[in-house]
Amino acid sequence: MVQSLGFLKETPSQTAGPYVHIGCTPNFSGIAGVYDTDLGAAMVNDKTLGERITLRGRIFDGTGTPLRDALVEIWQADAAGLYNSPSEMRGTADANFTGWGRCPTDMETGEYVFETIRPGRVPYKDGRLMAPHVTLWIVARGINIGLQTRLYFADEEAANAEDPVLQRIEHRNRVPTLLARREGSAYHFDIHLQGEKETVFFDI
Amino acid sequence: MSNRKLETGAFFQRDRQWHPPAYTPDYKTSVVRSPQRALLSLDNTLSEITGPVFGHALLGKLDADLIHNFAKPGESAIGQRIIVHGRVVDERGVGVAGALLEFWQANAGGRYRHKREGYLAALDPNFGGCGRTITDEDGYYRFRTVKPGAYPWPNGVNDWRPAHIHFSVFGHGFAQRLITQMYFEGDPMIWQCPIVKSIPDRAAIEQLIAALDRQNTIPMDARAYKFDIVLRGRRSTLFENRMEGN
Ligand SMILES: [Fe+3]
Repeated sequence: MVQSLGFLKETPSQTAGPYVHIGCTPNFSGIAGVYDTDLGAAMVNDKTLGERITLRGRIFDGTGTPLRDALVEIWQADAAGLYNSPSEMRGTADANFTGWGRCPTDMETGEYVFETIRPGRVPYKDGRLMAPHVTLWIVARGINIGLQTRLYFADEEAANAEDPVLQRIEHRNRVPTLLARREGSAYHFDIHLQGEKETVFFDI
Repeated sequence: MSNRKLETGAFFQRDRQWHPPAYTPDYKTSVVRSPQRALLSLDNTLSEITGPVFGHALLGKLDADLIHNFAKPGESAIGQRIIVHGRVVDERGVGVAGALLEFWQANAGGRYRHKREGYLAALDPNFGGCGRTITDEDGYYRFRTVKPGAYPWPNGVNDWRPAHIHFSVFGHGFAQRLITQMYFEGDPMIWQCPIVKSIPDRAAIEQLIAALDRQNTIPMDARAYKFDIVLRGRRSTLFENRMEGN
């Protein structure tokens, strides 16, 4: 016999179900008066540093139908590449940028929209700089455990080419599934849960 | 606020055998919403070990009281009054302080307050169905609500969800993000639910069943259920290649 390591097991995930809005965005779901605002609805204010951008897109199931009951959360660095988190040891992030956003997909169109800023570059474990990216977490009815992926910017070609995470993708034809494309003033990033264009999801 | 040292290590790898797999055909909606390719494994970077924090200033007086937070003044939600309480720890058993918990549930009759909800059970005009709280220094939390009812759902022709409360949990890193559901001790419907059975291991399902806690009932007022939550543990950074912050 040896000593037990004594680790516990993580609480297992269960689907967010069709009514995730009640708990996470009650005002959006029509439950007024409990919270002033829905958490994560505003990431920036008029003092936030950096280039304003809009991120928008839809999440498609295996039949090509957009999910109209999903919830998307994003987490990203500020314009200088710092996270607004106590675990950020390299400096102090922009106090006018939360770095975290939450958006339910539209109940008619399935579109999500974030008004945010272009993130700065953040170092990988070995000190190399990663390309600017946004981390996404997606939950919905029928998704048993939240899906984690990353959004990169298609117009950051040089940075993307040296990004240590993108470099790890063996099937190079899947890299574009992580690239948001500029259309007008917004970056478009569609997510495909299945099929030819299935987005690269991460086990992080 | 706390003299606990800040932790910046990577999180323990998630045990994907313990969680439900993405594709669980008895839960029909998962069939076209489950990724089919292998996930790309990624040792945590700063983007995963950091995460947003929420201060207690966020909370309103009634946020953790679902019996009153939607009710008209002087009125309260209908149903069996319960306290749900417990501790959020990580896989090392360390309490997770400052964890934001958000919860939502059907009313005592099994009806959700939602545009898309079609169940004929009555809405309770004094019950909204959402609440939130933040764990204390040691990871403890508690809230008051009414016990939710079971409800039917369109999957099989006669599928019913056992009584449950949905939980959304933030830890200290975005990689700890978790949504789950709490069930109630002694409910025979737990074991016939396709969503519960998406979890392959019986012991993992039991981890989602809150125990009736007679020690913490409020006599003549509310019964108590104890529901502990475990988030991913994290490695020490001490002997990693590059010291963070140095
Ligand atoms: Fe439910």
